[in-house]
Amino acid sequence: MFKIVDRKEMAGGTIVLNEIEAPLIAKKAKPGQFVILKANETGERIPLTMADTNMEKGTITIIYMVVGKSTALFKSLKVGEGYQDVIGPLGKPTHLEKMGNVVCVGGGTGIAVLHPITRGLKEIGNNVVSIIGARSKDILILEDQMRSASHELHVCTDDGSYGHHGFVTEVLKQVLEKGDTKLVVAIGPVPMMKFVSKITKDFNVPTMVSLNPIMVDGTGMCGGCRVSVGGETKFACVDGPEFDGHQVDFDELMRRLQAYCEDEKKCYNDYCTLQQA
Amino acid sequence: MAEKADTKKTTPRQSMSEQKPEVRRRNFQEVPLGYTMEQAMAEASRCLQCKKPGCVDGCPVAVDIPGFISLVTKGDMTGAIRNLWTKNSLPAVCGRVCPQEIQCEGNCIVGKKGDAVAIGNLERFVADYERMHGTGELPPKDKPTGKKVAVVGSGPSGLTVAGDLIRKGHDVTVLEAFHKPGGVLVYGIPEFRLPKEIVFSEVAFLERLGAKVECNQVVGRTVSLDELFEEGYNAVYLGVGAGLPKFMNIPGENLVGILSANEYLTRANLMKAYLYPNVDTPIPMGKNVVVLGAGNVAMDSARTAMRLGADSVRIVYRRSRDEMPARKAEIHHAEEEGIEFFLLTAPTRFVGDEKGRLTGMECLKMELGEPDASGRRRPIPVKGSEFMMDCDLVIVAVGAGANPLLTQTTPDLMLNKWGYITADPETGKTTKKGVWAGGDIVTGSATVILAMGAGRNSADSIHSYLTWGW
Repeated sequence: MFKIVDRKEMAGGTIVLNEIEAPLIAKKAKPGQFVILKANETGERIPLTMADTNMEKGTITIIYMVVGKSTALFKSLKVGEGYQDVIGPLGKPTHLEKMGNVVCVGGGTGIAVLHPITRGLKEIGNNVVSIIGARSKDILILEDQMRSASHELHVCTDDGSYGHHGFVTEVLKQVLEKGDTKLVVAIGPVPMMKFVSKITKDFNVPTMVSLNPIMVDGTGMCGGCRVSVGGETKFACVDGPEFDGHQVDFDELMRRLQAYCEDEKKCYNDYCTLQQA
Repeated sequence: MAEKADTKKTTPRQSMSEQKPEVRRRNFQEVPLGYTMEQAMAEASRCLQCKKPGCVDGCPVAVDIPGFISLVTKGDMTGAIRNLWTKNSLPAVCGRVCPQEIQCEGNCIVGKKGDAVAIGNLERFVADYERMHGTGELPPKDKPTGKKVAVVGSGPSGLTVAGDLIRKGHDVTVLEAFHKPGGVLVYGIPEFRLPKEIVFSEVAFLERLGAKVECNQVVGRTVSLDELFEEGYNAVYLGVGAGLPKFMNIPGENLVGILSANEYLTRANLMKAYLYPNVDTPIPMGKNVVVLGAGNVAMDSARTAMRLGADSVRIVYRRSRDEMPARKAEIHHAEEEGIEFFLLTAPTRFVGDEKGRLTGMECLKMELGEPDASGRRRPIPVKGSEFMMDCDLVIVAVGAGANPLLTQTTPDLMLNKWGYITADPETGKTTKKGVWAGGDIVTGSATVILAMGAGRNSADSIHSYLTWGW
């Protein structure tokens, strides 16, 4: 068993943080890599990009939004309990390089994945401007952590309850207009990454996105995670999860993410009904 | 003597009873039901006990076939399983999935004039008898040597290496990337052909012998090959399988509803998605299912789709029946279960609806031309023969390539142009000191028993290396 040593609820309990004992993975993991978690014997294998690792403590941290039965099951696990299986680190690590001015754009739980990358980019000497967004203030996560990992932080909310009233893309445009941005890193919901990539293409700024498609094994065996990048099929688990945002077919990715939508809805509703009974 | 010979002549090959096709096509229970003790002894009595047994020559792991069969005729099942174990750590698996018709049974003298002795059925019977009624007494093991061996991958070749070396006194640890051991035996071969309980029981047997099995270890990611040596392993065997699914590379292939056979079967077998929603992993339930390819994996996929409740399941294959790579028995089982075959047919593109979900497949009819590099007649498209086939699920079962995950992180391991590991065909030795490899990651997709044969050769070579240093 992979024991949970710390657990926090964020955004009114819709987002959960787990720090998990996994010394072998913690020793190897680098920003941008993911793990696959399975809660129990009948559980599903769920890929999640790591939000943090602690080599000394031998722990890894994941932050996830409760969206279906499997994440609801994850949420039910208490400190001292744990996951039956955690596999990783998987995928290629983020390529961190000193480039000058970089912009990190995060939305929803994507901010959790973006955070170690932002910190890494700052540590090696880049000037980092970050833009994070959420639907409203109460579901915004990791604001303080992102502030200290960046030189400058902009916050946006869709409903205007905090920071800039509107989307991250609006602030991004203003930042890019100042010129001389070498790289944009965008991690969040697929539509956000799609529109960020659209804008940065206009400005001709290289853009890296991190994808989280449906996977089973995470080691290149099933091909469930295939994405079209520059007209070629790539496997997110072994070729990614990070890709050139200007080359990714986001519309196809969105459709593929809906593959089990009906099953998932029913399964989650049944689980919730069962929990309430 | 004359009387004995007469018995041999008059006893027909004992057929194993099976679930009826109309029943089994909708359930996941095993198809053949096994021999009774009487049947097993009757079948065993058909063996001529040849002085120079051709059957043994036909077996990639050289099981002492006349030896174990002779023990069955005497009713000594404990003796028979011990005899099998000396050459084969996975008899319950091999009795079920080996292509006996082209190996042991294909060489059987009795088979020259009539039906060969049912060696596979007997092997299965002996292994099942041990599992269900056996004493649980372990075979003998040599004194500990103090040498540590890591076996990467717990498929058929890895388990063979582990079984051989643990009995020679070495300290063996098997590292598996999935959360359950067994490799292709667990994620690939369906329950109705090889119940998972049997695989786990074979793995448990190796654990009782002293082998350690560690799951969730992705060698190449969680730990590198060099780190295994730093941790004190004296030798490493790589039996990681092929495992990179091939696709058709035709338009529309990323529509929702097109899966690799690897994904489809892993969901069904390893994740037990056929029990959904009692397990959490879903599997697409196709009404009109098409399987591309005609190997054993294609048959497994088609029969799984039928069991999941499809209205129609069609195998689409670009060559003719004679070229189909699957075992005859598997093709026969699939046909009995109502699976249709569209031969000399090749897909050209997939079409979908506005939500990106598969609705159909365009095909071309083919005809056979001159033999190609594989020796099989090359399929040539018939001009203007395009037609549409309605389908909502396509399973692509056209083979697998080499998974680069481990080899990418091990630069000093020599690969061939297809990415498979270069290894000595006799010994399994790779170009890296202390590292052996075998099974599909060396040969490309093959059979369970050929992988086990490669494992046997490597285990012998590893044992020599650990004993004498070469």
